[in-house]
Amino acid sequence: MLEIRDVSASYGPIQALRDISITINRGEIVTLIGANGAGKSTTLMTLFGEPRASSGQILFDGHDITHVQMHEVARLGIAQSPEGRRIFPAMTVEENLIMGTIPVGTEHAGEDMAKVYELFPRLKERRGQRAGTMSGGEQQMLAIGRALMGRPKLLLLDEPSLGLAPLIVKRIFEVIREIRAAGTTVFLVEQNAFHALKLADRGYVLVNGKIHLSGSGEELLTNPEVRNAYLGGGH
Amino acid sequence: MTQTRGIDYGHAVRDAVLAGMVALLVFGPITGLQLSGYEVVARMQWPLLFAGIVTLGRFCMAVWVQTEAGERSLARMRAKRSGGVTVAEGKGKNWQQKLVPFALIGGLALPFILMDNRYWLTVVLLALIYVLLGLGLNIVVGLAGLLDLGYAAFYAVGAYVLAMGAQYWDMGFWGALVLAMVFGALLGMLLGFPVLRMHGDYLAIVTLGFHEIIRLILTNWVSFTGGPNGASAPLPTLFGLEFSRRAKQGGQPFHEFFGIDYSASYQYMFVYLILFLFVVAAIVFCVRLRQMPMGRAWEALREDEIACRSLGINHVTVKLSAFMMGAMFAGAAGVFFATYQGFVNPTSFTFIESAMILAIVVLGGLGSITGVVIAALVLIMLPEVLRDFASYRVLAFGIVMVLMMIWRPRGLMHIVRPRFTEKGA
Repeated sequence: MLEIRDVSASYGPIQALRDISITINRGEIVTLIGANGAGKSTTLMTLFGEPRASSGQILFDGHDITHVQMHEVARLGIAQSPEGRRIFPAMTVEENLIMGTIPVGTEHAGEDMAKVYELFPRLKERRGQRAGTMSGGEQQMLAIGRALMGRPKLLLLDEPSLGLAPLIVKRIFEVIREIRAAGTTVFLVEQNAFHALKLADRGYVLVNGKIHLSGSGEELLTNPEVRNAYLGGGH
Repeated sequence: MTQTRGIDYGHAVRDAVLAGMVALLVFGPITGLQLSGYEVVARMQWPLLFAGIVTLGRFCMAVWVQTEAGERSLARMRAKRSGGVTVAEGKGKNWQQKLVPFALIGGLALPFILMDNRYWLTVVLLALIYVLLGLGLNIVVGLAGLLDLGYAAFYAVGAYVLAMGAQYWDMGFWGALVLAMVFGALLGMLLGFPVLRMHGDYLAIVTLGFHEIIRLILTNWVSFTGGPNGASAPLPTLFGLEFSRRAKQGGQPFHEFFGIDYSASYQYMFVYLILFLFVVAAIVFCVRLRQMPMGRAWEALREDEIACRSLGINHVTVKLSAFMMGAMFAGAAGVFFATYQGFVNPTSFTFIESAMILAIVVLGGLGSITGVVIAALVLIMLPEVLRDFASYRVLAFGIVMVLMMIWRPRGLMHIVRPRFTEKGA
């Protein structure tokens, strides 16, 4: 479904990604783990063209999207819950969700909103509240819900567990599983390697802008190098 | 829809001619008829031009909807109309909605009450012009979050469209009103392009510069605009009836036609009534805009541009449309101002004007339509009310402003967020 082929990208003189190749098949949960500054978020943003890939190719459903504008990428069926969530703070929960329907129009908005509320009952309680006044966990739920409103084929999640209480993290990972079960392919970028690898079918490890290791979730979980570097010497 | 390929041009031509005729009927009496002596003289060049534009546009549209791309977007529009969600109407009316009928009746009755008090009539008139300006800038600053310090430039352009149009092309108020809105929108787009990538302070500086450019052109292009000497602007006509004491070229003035005594108030009352209806239409337009995807897109762009784009919003069109829409309002306000003053010159459009309009929007509570209306009325009329304080007037005005900022730091009105319900529910 998504194929990243030898992509490099840089911010000015600083090269952030070097010849990255990642493949995501339909129906999979694929995770990308790595330390701070390894280039995880950059990888996601490169899919949307900012920063633009300086070499290599990105294919989505057979289309070459390497040079496609950001808003057009969204219309092709890729949605993201971006780094820092980026919800619209002065708008209500409902309005935020409605904003997510732009790629598909509001035709199914009512139905899809009900589905999002089913995944996150908390959002239903807060539907009329300004999104900026909610807790971090609720905002993260909203960011994921908003992305789902566009009925994406591929959902990109950038560190959905960042800064959240363990209980909420657990709920969010459960929801990711449910989203996949409903037919959406998920590309998950995480620092929380343990949870991410347990959930994912396959994983990639990013170190200094390069893919260092890849394999199935279980393989990576048991890999001694991964355990030492990302799982605190073993759990 | 079983549509055979191929375009039915005959149908398109028929639609286009029909639209053109309607346009001719609408624009004909408004822009085409002039009284000369005791005869109505048809000046058909303007209505013919407008009708021509409408005909051509209708033809292009009729052909376009029969192409594949057109059919697709038509289908999309149909899909949007059926199903989905809609903005919920509030259960009980809030106090703002309850006030609407009173405001309407009061607004319509006001010129007749103030008929013998021409001074206050002109003050109210000016306040209404600022309501219009505030509504326009509210789209740019309040909704789209683009800090525009050069808004008075579009206001100036609107005013000069009337003055120059009358001077060089024999254009009346009505034609100028349409043209000023179109011209203002185009100019808004022209400013929009270079500032697409700018935010906040930088945007403010560029728009400030743009305002100065326009003002300097108006001041220094003496051969065309008359420079600092300004130019006169005509009054609106009622189906060709003029409001002056004596009609030019032996035409017939309003008061003679109806056999009533001449009063200088009539012209202001007439301008007021047109302006009042225009402002009401503008408010309805703004309220509707806020509930439309376009209005939501503006607000979302103000909140977070990257998030918007990654959700599939084309930030270029959204920003440009905000600038265009705002400039369109300013263009119309300019025409009203010019006709109200009867005269335009560049000193009416200094930076202070832009600052004043911005103050109205900020004071009203960024984004709130009711707030803008109240703030405009207060800001323009308060200095007049305070005239009794003579030289302490400005001080009193300042104190009121400071107190406002203490008690209502986020503006007069809070924005009511819309709620949604499923359609048909």
